[in-house]
Amino acid sequence: MHVSQNWIDIAYLIAAVLFVVGIKGLTKPKTAVRGNLLAAAGMGVAAVVTLLNEHIVTYEIIIAGVVVGGLIGAIMAKKVQMTSMPQMIALLNGFGGGASFAVASAEFFRGSADNTVSIIATGAAVLIGAVTLTGSLVAFAKLQELIDGKPMGFPGMKVVNAILFVGSLVGIGYLVVNPGNETVFWGLVAAAMLLGLLLVLPIGGADMPVVIALLNSYSGVAASAAGFVMGNSALIITGSLVGASGLILTSIMCKAMNRSLTNVLFGVMAEAGEAMDEDEVYAGKVKSTSAEEVAMLLETAQRVVIVPGFGLAMAQAQHAVRDMADTMEAMGIEVEYAIHPVAGRMPGHMNVLLAEAEVPYEQLKDMDQINPTFEQTDVAIVLGANDVTNPMAREDKGSPIYGMPILNVDKAKTVVVVKRSLSSGFAGLPNPLFAKDNTLMLFGDGKGAVLDITTALKEG
Amino acid sequence: MDFVAQLTLFVLAIFLGVELITKVPPTLHTPLMSGSNAISGITVVGALIAAGSDSGLLINVLGFAAVVLATINVIGGFMVTNRMLAMFKRK
Repeated sequence: MHVSQNWIDIAYLIAAVLFVVGIKGLTKPKTAVRGNLLAAAGMGVAAVVTLLNEHIVTYEIIIAGVVVGGLIGAIMAKKVQMTSMPQMIALLNGFGGGASFAVASAEFFRGSADNTVSIIATGAAVLIGAVTLTGSLVAFAKLQELIDGKPMGFPGMKVVNAILFVGSLVGIGYLVVNPGNETVFWGLVAAAMLLGLLLVLPIGGADMPVVIALLNSYSGVAASAAGFVMGNSALIITGSLVGASGLILTSIMCKAMNRSLTNVLFGVMAEAGEAMDEDEVYAGKVKSTSAEEVAMLLETAQRVVIVPGFGLAMAQAQHAVRDMADTMEAMGIEVEYAIHPVAGRMPGHMNVLLAEAEVPYEQLKDMDQINPTFEQTDVAIVLGANDVTNPMAREDKGSPIYGMPILNVDKAKTVVVVKRSLSSGFAGLPNPLFAKDNTLMLFGDGKGAVLDITTALKEG
Repeated sequence: MDFVAQLTLFVLAIFLGVELITKVPPTLHTPLMSGSNAISGITVVGALIAAGSDSGLLINVLGFAAVVLATINVIGGFMVTNRMLAMFKRK
């Protein structure tokens, strides 16, 4: 059965509209599930109508591919743990880029890229798609700890990257003049794949949230480029939507870490200023406390803010924290959670981890919402967070983290920091918060401490 | 479709994307990423055409790879997004 191209294009338009309405649904938790289903329906429309395309003459390979891909995708989606979500997203980014890369390659070998625009678009889809594929695989390996999360590189790496990039562009230019040159095409593929590896290897584990968001954007741009190759409006529109989405998330993450994108991609951490002496910061000023004391403090509190960090999720302590919060709420205490944008390992990660532990999303407050309320907060409990609470970011112009947006927990009447020791966080800096007059340190394992506080609350 | 029409779509869609995405609250940023990932699986459209065109072994292999990868993206992306959003919805 063959349908006129106009009807197929109208169906693609419907799919694109469903994607837009679907993303719009994601702006509110209440409408988000429906939004996701609408977007999925859009995908269904686009896929079904494509099967009517006159170029499709055989279905065996399609069926095999859909069955294999569908099974792998479904198993991944069912099995993945919420703490491992960044890895899964990294893989999906890579597969998206890889798919666009494979589609553009197939178009190249079919000889359908026959004018300047479609050849450039093919080259762009191959370049961006292959970079996304290998770059995402490195990001996945780092997050999954298959390879060391530390930045890896060699002298002259930037020069090599520049040569690979410029070489790829020259290769695309050559293909415009001499369409169909397969040697140059494979050279382009190899250069792009190597470039993807070399771009992500030197980026440290702590910066992965930025990298994942950026690769998300790339996968969209690659899809868009594939759309230019095929003259398909659905691909162009959706690809650019995703590209824009990834870019916005990238810039949010950069802002939260007080770093520019160039700095994350090519640079190292800011030069440490005057190294602060840990002894000078902490000596004689750190007060340690016990779970029972904290419980007594909480009993008289009206408002408590919990500040979770990724350490909490690694210890699988979210449920214990929710129990503690429930106990407090039953006593009439107002409880909220302060979520720093980089509290998890990707944008919004901590919110998902807490939602999994059935913390109601109304209690999850982002930085801008919660910061003005710390002055009316009786107790702030810091659990596995460090650098994002460091007041030096606000006060000490010489500090390497100066200017980084932080949670102003030190403005609360009392701050309880649950931590194993006084060791420093990712930034490698001492945290004067621990030595403040209104701070109490509860040393120990995070989950154990939370359970102890809950028990003491229930007994008290 | 001519190039200028394509470019027009591309540029307008980027502006639309920026408008839409800036309204998504930080709480939903992870589902937004997995959802947009699923949507970028729209490459499946191109993958289906490549895989079904029956124009030689190399193209068949590339088409098959493209269909597998894009389908993982679509199915995996939408399912995991749904799983996460269901956690936000309850209560």
